[in-house]
Amino acid sequence: MNLINQRIRGPWTLFKKEILRFWRVSFQTVAAPVMTALLYLLIFSHVLGGRVEVYPGVPYTAFLIPGLIMMSVLQNAFANSSSSLIQSKVMGNIIFVLLTPLSYLEFFLAFLAASIIRGLCVGLSIYLVAICFIDLPLTHPLFILAFAFFGSGMLGAFGIIAGLWAEKFDQMAAFQNFVIMPLSFLSGVFYSIHSLPPFWQKVSHLNPFFYMIDGFRYGFFGQGDISAWFSLSVVVGSFVVLSFLTIGMLKAGYKLRG
Amino acid sequence: MTPAIKIQQVHKQFGALHALQGVDLTIEQGEFFALLGPNGAGKSTLINLLAGLTRPTSGNLSVMGYDVTEQYRQARHALGVVPQELVFDPFFNVREMLRFQAGYFGKGPENDAWIDEVIESLGLTDKAGTNMRRLSGGMKRRALIAQALVHKPPVIVLDEPTSGVDVELRYMLWEFIKRLNREGHTIILTTHYLEEAESLCSRVALLKQGELIALDSTKNLLATISGKKLRLKLSGALPVSLRDMIRHQENQEYTLSLNAVNQVEYVLAELRNANTVVEDMQLIEPDLEDVFVDLMGRP
Repeated sequence: MNLINQRIRGPWTLFKKEILRFWRVSFQTVAAPVMTALLYLLIFSHVLGGRVEVYPGVPYTAFLIPGLIMMSVLQNAFANSSSSLIQSKVMGNIIFVLLTPLSYLEFFLAFLAASIIRGLCVGLSIYLVAICFIDLPLTHPLFILAFAFFGSGMLGAFGIIAGLWAEKFDQMAAFQNFVIMPLSFLSGVFYSIHSLPPFWQKVSHLNPFFYMIDGFRYGFFGQGDISAWFSLSVVVGSFVVLSFLTIGMLKAGYKLRG
Repeated sequence: MTPAIKIQQVHKQFGALHALQGVDLTIEQGEFFALLGPNGAGKSTLINLLAGLTRPTSGNLSVMGYDVTEQYRQARHALGVVPQELVFDPFFNVREMLRFQAGYFGKGPENDAWIDEVIESLGLTDKAGTNMRRLSGGMKRRALIAQALVHKPPVIVLDEPTSGVDVELRYMLWEFIKRLNREGHTIILTTHYLEEAESLCSRVALLKQGELIALDSTKNLLATISGKKLRLKLSGALPVSLRDMIRHQENQEYTLSLNAVNQVEYVLAELRNANTVVEDMQLIEPDLEDVFVDLMGRP
């Protein structure tokens, strides 16, 4: 029993530290993304509200909210693991974790879980503020939870990969600006992909973020651009593949252990 | 008894660089051991291999009988490493950092009394609630040492623990480390301050270009240097006939190497003949630095 407690306490401590790391600066890590999402909502609903109806019976402002929530969930889940790793590597304090008996799997689970918690925390905050102003149905809540969980998990794992790969802050910034931002903005957050020309519709299907946004939105309205089950299988599949890739990199000690 | 550290035929290559070339080393439990060598000799690489921060190209390393690769959990439980660089996590204060570090090793609230003891012993009590960013360099060094001790490891590795540290902290640190050694902890020290190694360590290993070139007790190594040194402060220049003996010179202060004590007579006679007045004179026993210089100077 004592051994089990000891085994669990190690990864639990790392998880707790990762949670505290973002919570200590929650103004920057939670409040700021909520503010950004609300500004998008304010501007886009002002410009397009009343002129565009993407799904029958769903006002544009309501259509926008799930996309903004999911985009923020994904970006923050990625930011949590990636920024923690790159900071620890650049500052050198990653050594405190590497010197411990924690296994690569425990390391992965702790970082992943903290990323999921931050993603969900930001998503829930945006949702709670948004429903103060706009009616938002919850048609399939389990789909909402499943997409939020696996989406943030996928980006949490992706963040670990980026954090392991990057050696400098500018490399990480490039990863965020040239990979994460385009994928999230071109995923159908602000529009339905049916409004795109056929070529760009096909391109959108190659973007895993599209499936996360569309499936998540389906959970609210019961309507989507493609089958929610298909989207969920793509998201879960991507999560599993990225997780295995991350675990493999950690096991090999990629850029951590020489 | 199981050795604290056992290193067998360890090689480590970084690309074309052969950082360690077949190192064999055994350190017994309870030893106060010095690992010395110039920069680039492979000391830090050897420590990193023991700590699992780097993997050996070939060979085996164990800590308290546990293989550092196959039984890494047990090996890391048995090892506490004080890194050379002043690294810290800027999000937390000293006590939080120590609790986290203990937690990684599976230690919970039952370990808090030991954390308090370490904090007090290292003079960190006033700073326990201070964020790591706000600590001075010396205080950060203390916190690093505390971090290596939170899980009560039987083997402690100190990689240049006193570089850039003031005299007061150095004294406090060594008193604390000596106490740990008396209590049975094995201490492995790397340092550039050879007088520290000489006064503290019972055994010394010397590394040069990735190879172990000497491994013996401090006493035996000192015995290999037969001569003494003569430090002179003169009124004028040293006579030409004594120039070959110069070991060190600063203005008109000279340190000469003597093969035997009776050479003092010869030096004084030469100075008298040259009408050079001796303002101060000191006969010095050989120290670890002499051994170091001698061994490193050999081809």
